[in-house]
Amino acid sequence: MFKYLKQLTSLVAMVAVLFTFTTETMAAKKSKTLKNTQKKGFVRCGVSQGLPGFSNADAAGNWTGVDVDVCRAVAAAVLGDANKVKFTPLSAKERFTALTSGEIDILSRNTTWTLSRDADIGLTFVGVNFYDGQGFMVRKSSGITSTSQFKNGISACTNIGTTTELNMRDFFNSRGISYEPVAFEKADEVVAAYDAGRCDTYTTDKSGLAAQRTKMKNPDEHIVLPETISKEPLGPVVRQGDSVWEDIVRWSLNTMIEAEEYGITSANADSMKTSDNPQIKRLVGAEGEMGAAFGLDNEWNLRIIKQVGNYGESYKRNIADTGILPDRGPNELWTKGGILYVPPSR
Amino acid sequence: MNFKLKDIGPQLITVLAVVLVFGFFTYNAQVNMENRGIDFGYGFLSQESSFDVQFSLIEYDGSHSYFRAYLVGLLNTILVSVIGIILATILGVIVGIARLSPNYLINKFAAFYVEFFRNIPLLLQIFFWYFAALRALPLPQDAEPLLGVTFLTIKGYFVPAFIWQNFNIFFYSLVAAIIAIIVIRTHAKKVQETQGKQTPVLLISIGLLLILPLLSFLIGGVKLSFEVPVLKQLATTSFIYEGGVSLPPELIALALSLSLYTATFIAECVRAGIQGVGKGQKEAAASIGLTPNQVLKLVIMPQALRIIIPPTTNQYLNLTKNSSLAAAIAYPDLVLVFAGTALMQTGKAIEIVSITMFTYLSLSISISILMNWYNKKIAIQEK
Repeated sequence: MFKYLKQLTSLVAMVAVLFTFTTETMAAKKSKTLKNTQKKGFVRCGVSQGLPGFSNADAAGNWTGVDVDVCRAVAAAVLGDANKVKFTPLSAKERFTALTSGEIDILSRNTTWTLSRDADIGLTFVGVNFYDGQGFMVRKSSGITSTSQFKNGISACTNIGTTTELNMRDFFNSRGISYEPVAFEKADEVVAAYDAGRCDTYTTDKSGLAAQRTKMKNPDEHIVLPETISKEPLGPVVRQGDSVWEDIVRWSLNTMIEAEEYGITSANADSMKTSDNPQIKRLVGAEGEMGAAFGLDNEWNLRIIKQVGNYGESYKRNIADTGILPDRGPNELWTKGGILYVPPSR
Repeated sequence: MNFKLKDIGPQLITVLAVVLVFGFFTYNAQVNMENRGIDFGYGFLSQESSFDVQFSLIEYDGSHSYFRAYLVGLLNTILVSVIGIILATILGVIVGIARLSPNYLINKFAAFYVEFFRNIPLLLQIFFWYFAALRALPLPQDAEPLLGVTFLTIKGYFVPAFIWQNFNIFFYSLVAAIIAIIVIRTHAKKVQETQGKQTPVLLISIGLLLILPLLSFLIGGVKLSFEVPVLKQLATTSFIYEGGVSLPPELIALALSLSLYTATFIAECVRAGIQGVGKGQKEAAASIGLTPNQVLKLVIMPQALRIIIPPTTNQYLNLTKNSSLAAAIAYPDLVLVFAGTALMQTGKAIEIVSITMFTYLSLSISISILMNWYNKKIAIQEK
């Protein structure tokens, strides 16, 4: 009867490991995440495993990118130093678990905001820092210049666990094209396999295609097709249940975008304190009590602009100047023909 | 059966402790999931999966359920494991025997193979075979036919599909042949035990396996034709083979690396098993006039197998579990399809990881039970 007890014990122990969570109760009043962050002295930020322009580490381990800058902005706001960020590179598969289990406090990893992600799995999206859409890359030599030239039997390399897989199915199904999906866990392997000729096309967000193209053996041999097959609003994500922290991250991002709108840059932020425009003065902490509601001091937004810069600076530094996507497209301010439009800080 | 308290007392306490620990973790997980607004439940299994899978043994596309996607992944895991186990066993036995060969070259070559392949991490080998193969293989339009009608290309190995007519008659003829062979073998054994006369069982078996299916073609109305893969142009420089069957390069690379790696361990098991049989056994067998073949078959192997089987079982289990590295090279196994894509689309981490764990556990236990049964069968029969 007890012959299998030993096996049973080890089995149960194994399952128990699976259920190991840190016990944590949500502080209703003050933000527990904020308190923990200030106690630790750094912001815990989940990023990609290397996507140029968004989150990419150089040889010395310095992270740069527009996604990275969101975390840096939060660090500047709550800790006073944009460098006090601990970056955790995550695969598409690990990212949500890392956030919900409390390993990181912000997920800023080119993550698409969708209904099911926002509603189902304990996550809250705080905004959009890059408007993207899924596209296709092909070899120039194939002569394909439009997705309308795709034929039955085409093979498409992509990442698993992204909205990409679902969009791809919708796209090919609606056109009645049979295709072979080849889905890898890591972006580097997708690129390597496509580059070797395993697939006819590589599909992911267009920004990702532009960034990964720079990693190919010969980038000039590949083109991104003009069609965009989906809406991919990418933005930072926080855990559900800490609305103060959620607001801090949201308004750190909004501050960067609004600063660009009012022409405040890292270089002129200090001199803007004496501006005549009350909206500008609010954005650099010279008027109103803009930090109190978050439990922060009044110059939190000034620090963001001074240390990280406004959205335009971040975009130029990371995406335009690196040659990934020189044209801002929809990621231009609403006043300049784009769709970047954030609520006012007041 | 008479249980005494002092016998079962400690056992009961252990069970109780295990249940308590288990309960604590379950409760803890529940509370935390509730706090974070995560639902728990297996209802998602019947929802539409809405993602496609590259390679499937059963009919599947995104309009099927997550449960169906689970089955697709499971079958793909079983497929690559079975191929891997068969190849690793064949290669392992050959290399294991080769390591005992008196021929210096064969001996050293086998030793080199074992030391080389078992000392490089498996994941690296999988990457090596996959990307090396991808870089080395030709594009479909450049592929030279292999064996006339098959094409080994970067997009997969394209082989002709078999198109059967009256396949069931062919199948019955095979079954009939196998039953006949079993009957003849049993009879031949009896004849040998009672009269000492030997029957050429092997020859008769091969004959039966050839003649019966052949008859099914000649008079049973069975017809076999081939659908040969044909090159099709997708774009200026983009081609694919249509028709026939395609074995994806991911499957080939994975099966190859798993079996090359595991074969080294099996080779060592085989070598240990054969060396574990006393030298006197071989000499004694030779002295009563058995031929070298008979010595190996009737004296050495039956004893060696008892030593070989238990550690080889471990290697089979390792191979099955190692197949989960498939995710790295896009072979759609259980981990990639279910614990990968399905997990990320649903966010049901605990449910999916627990199902996946229990699935691997069941697979491993099934292999163990099978091998233990075989081990018992070949163990010394105490009379």
